Amino acid sequence: MEHIRLPKVENVKLLDRISHRRRRVGTLYLTATHTIFVESEAGVRNETWVLHSLVCSVDKLAATPSGCPLLIHCKNFQVLHFIISKEQECHDIHLSLQRLSQPESYDELYCFSYKPNVDEKERRQEWDFLDLKADYSRMGLPSSLWKLSPVNQHYKVSDTYPADLFVPESATPPVIVGSSKFRSRGRFPALSYYCKDNHAAICRSSQPLSGFSARCLEDEQMLEAILRSNPCSDFMYVVDTRPKLNAIANRAAGKGYENEDNYSNIKFQFVGIENIHVMRNSQQKMLEVCELRSPSMSDFLEGLESSGWLKHIKAVLDAGIFIAKAVAEEGVSVLIHCSDGWDRTSQVCSVACVLLDPYYRTLRGFMVLIEKDWVSFGHKFSHRCKHVVGDPKEVSPIIDQLLECVWQLMEQFPCAFEFNERFLITIHNHFYSCQFGNFIGNNQRERIELRVHERTHSLWSYLWANRTDYTNPLYRPNHSQTQGLLRASTSPYSFKFWKGLYNRFDHGMHPRQSVEDYLRAIQEETQQLEEQLSSHTQAIGVTEIAENLMLAIIKQCFGACYVAAE
Amino acid sequence: MLLYIMEFAELIKTPRVDGVVLHRPFMPTVEGTLCLTGHHLILSSRQDNTEELWLLHSNIDSIEKRFVGSLGHITVKCKDLRVIQLEITGMEECLNIASSIEALSTLDLVSLMYPFFYRPMFEVIEDGWNSFLPQNAFKDLESMTDEWRLSEVNKDFSLCPSYPPLVAVPKDFDDETLKKVATFRHGGRFPVLSYYHKKNGMVMMRAGQPLTGTNGRRCKEDEKLINATLRPGKRGYIIDTRAINVAQQAKARGGGFELEANYPQWRRIHKAIERYNVLQESLIKLVEACNDQSHSMDRWLSKLEASNWQTNVKEILTTACLAAQCIDREGASVLVHGTEGTDSTLQVTSLAQIILDPGCRTVKGFQSLVEREWLQAGHPFQQRCAQSAFSNSKPRHEAPVFLLFLDCVWQILRQFPCSFEFNESFLVLLFEHAYASQFGTFLGNSAAERARLCLPEKTVSLWSWVNRPQELERLTNPLYEPNSLVIWPSVAPQSLLLWEGVFLRWNRSSKCLDEAYEEMVHIIEYNKELQTKVNSLRRQLAQLETEDPLLHTP
Repeated sequence: MEHIRLPKVENVKLLDRISHRRRRVGTLYLTATHTIFVESEAGVRNETWVLHSLVCSVDKLAATPSGCPLLIHCKNFQVLHFIISKEQECHDIHLSLQRLSQPESYDELYCFSYKPNVDEKERRQEWDFLDLKADYSRMGLPSSLWKLSPVNQHYKVSDTYPADLFVPESATPPVIVGSSKFRSRGRFPALSYYCKDNHAAICRSSQPLSGFSARCLEDEQMLEAILRSNPCSDFMYVVDTRPKLNAIANRAAGKGYENEDNYSNIKFQFVGIENIHVMRNSQQKMLEVCELRSPSMSDFLEGLESSGWLKHIKAVLDAGIFIAKAVAEEGVSVLIHCSDGWDRTSQVCSVACVLLDPYYRTLRGFMVLIEKDWVSFGHKFSHRCKHVVGDPKEVSPIIDQLLECVWQLMEQFPCAFEFNERFLITIHNHFYSCQFGNFIGNNQRERIELRVHERTHSLWSYLWANRTDYTNPLYRPNHSQTQGLLRASTSPYSFKFWKGLYNRFDHGMHPRQSVEDYLRAIQEETQQLEEQLSSHTQAIGVTEIAENLMLAIIKQCFGACYVAAE
Repeated sequence: MLLYIMEFAELIKTPRVDGVVLHRPFMPTVEGTLCLTGHHLILSSRQDNTEELWLLHSNIDSIEKRFVGSLGHITVKCKDLRVIQLEITGMEECLNIASSIEALSTLDLVSLMYPFFYRPMFEVIEDGWNSFLPQNAFKDLESMTDEWRLSEVNKDFSLCPSYPPLVAVPKDFDDETLKKVATFRHGGRFPVLSYYHKKNGMVMMRAGQPLTGTNGRRCKEDEKLINATLRPGKRGYIIDTRAINVAQQAKARGGGFELEANYPQWRRIHKAIERYNVLQESLIKLVEACNDQSHSMDRWLSKLEASNWQTNVKEILTTACLAAQCIDREGASVLVHGTEGTDSTLQVTSLAQIILDPGCRTVKGFQSLVEREWLQAGHPFQQRCAQSAFSNSKPRHEAPVFLLFLDCVWQILRQFPCSFEFNESFLVLLFEHAYASQFGTFLGNSAAERARLCLPEKTVSLWSWVNRPQELERLTNPLYEPNSLVIWPSVAPQSLLLWEGVFLRWNRSSKCLDEAYEEMVHIIEYNKELQTKVNSLRRQLAQLETEDPLLHTP
């Protein structure tokens, strides 16, 4: 509370983003967690709540005759343009919000003060909702080919990796440890996905410390072990997701990529996804285009092109398709890495999984996927999403790109996903909101230190409890489109601009009627009709039985009378 | 008739070739016999008679041939934007086929067109030629207002060759006045009623440009005529679909625009909708971009932008919204014109009606709109749709004016998916038939030409075919719920999408999207089915209960 210089300002104007002439007048409140704007016109109480942790930037613009403009950009792409009449008030709000939106330590985060009306037992159960081990056993693991390795217990080998990891049966602890010493941040090759039908596996790691000529016997043995765990295949792919030039540049720093001559039976491949800095700038440019006020079609298309955003989305999807095909069609295992193996590698692993396995296209499966490839494998959520004050160069919308790849696939395969766009947008919101503990910190070790499971709530059980809102009415588990590998198109014209996310708060831009809501209402009604149908059928059955019974009794009576009469 | 058939026979150098291989996107290759008839290119496979291709020659936009040894490849590019390949062995055969197709697909004579030879293989329930007579439409208007009358001043098409014989004009103006006004408007297109907004009695009129010329000619009757549509003390809007400089330049050629001094009660607004030759260029570039095989995102986006197609969609929709806004929100009457009043004018007046009038969003209402605002209103379909995006010849009067209108309707349909009784397939169907058809509906350039060609007697109307239960079922939107409100579409670039159903139709498989549509239909059908079952059980139950009062004695 000490950061709030001014808790309340009256007579504040909130401008409509598209037409500045349309404005709402009201009172602005600052609380410990939210900025609240309460519209005070016409007797309608209209409230706009903005979580401090969602605020990306606060800018005070030059004062105008009508007041002092304050522009708030949010991480969920909401933009609020306030006009505060007194310069001093605007200044106070500006300073307060700047501080409130940039926590200096994890303990200040919203998830540690967020206390919904749930008792402790239930809260603990929330964290049991997803179980990664269950997903590995769904894949058929452990098996005679892959084993759960205790090597990273207490995060001794790699402090950014999870404690539980699957490795090839033939990989001994010395091989794993040796390999880890030859990989950035100790991130040795470990299993991400295993296809039990053909034994092909997707493994992930960081780059090898090969420099210009360095070799590591254990690392070579590690890759051979991966190859051996796929008895049907005599080679494997090693996919470096970076552009070749970047990978070569890394060699000068003693890092780099695998030399095909040193590893037996590998096929090495670059797929050319750009780094976090390029992606950050690209999204920034794309958002500037979204924010243009009444742009012409050319402004928009030119801006979209020069941002390069869709080109990057296409690159990620192309890479995912390459890997999914290698696994499903060739039955070949793949090792994926980039530099550290927590950004592009996570993207590509997840996209490949979504393409390959219908399970990851269900509500629960997609949660598991994020938990597996991102949360457990140490995607640096707190750095990438700027949960706390830190190096701005660490911020990057890598996880946004995963969601967008999935959204692009949903547009191509409308019946293949159990969840809807709203599900993706809600998850996006909570990557940044810090309301739930799931994405706090940068890896599993940090989350344990922060005692996240003891102190916060889990997003996944919240989403599951509200799953009717997130279900795609067109999804049917037995639909042919739901089965097997998704054969996605990556022709440039197959990509659309995701206005549902990036122009999420510009309600005027979205379709005015929702087919999905309409179908959901119909399905609810259908369900009721099914119940009525069975109860009516039953009632008719009962009535008929009763009727027959009555007839029988009457007959008997008459029969008796007849006999008596005789 | 015999003469015609002989004429075709002369054009067909080789009527039949065996062993032709057909390649179509997203369909298996077919080998079979290629036959050329007077109106069709037919490929039927020997193995399986169902594997057939029937293509109207009039649907062929251009063909290209090349040889690899003696194997000839003919690429046939169609007006519906489909591209197919034929492989023909033997150079002579291939050349003969190519030149025959070339000749048959470029026949200029209307009376040789297929609709004159086509005999319907279906039962006509309702003759489409009589479905939308102007006198019937006027009856609806009469029920709302008595300020308008139907004039027969153009009954022999002498006053305005592009107008129908009957037009609605303000009641107090006699035919003599109309004749004077006609001399002051481009093509004789004097202001006529396009739409009456029941809610507030405001009207939309359309016309050709006023012939003011460089010395500011005026016409008192013209001024009086349009002023008569204003309520006392109210102002109206003139929407000129040309940019101000284009309108200025038109003066030098005898055209122009209404000067404020002479029309003080009207406010003139200029919007820049492109003219037909520019639109044709835009279509060609767009289709070229869609067929680009480079797979580069930058290239695609920059080509899409450079085609200006989406810009044109946005501009037309924006202008239509403006017209609708003037009528519904400002409570003002509107006069729309460009130069001739047969292209951009009709785009604006018809789209404004889709926005304002729920009746236009039904299947029949939309047909009626196309009939009134396009066919009767004199949009020169034959000229505009003579060639499409693949044409090699220099464009003369070709332009995708109607296609742009359909695209705009599709955009509104996307934004209000439950407010239209018809679906996307209906719009695609109209696009196809405007360019090549077995029906006579889109033949000719005006009502006068259609009368001269005796189309109602000699050809079948598209509406006769469409308005049968089996076709309607395919074209009806299962989500439709009548919506009596005005629907305001968003014209933000983010809201306007590329019309995949037309422009990417042959470039990508639509299987998954079709399945989604079927799934949607299934969900709705199943619900209806259950509803019927539950109702019938409910009745049965009620009956059982009344039959047996004994059962209900406690």
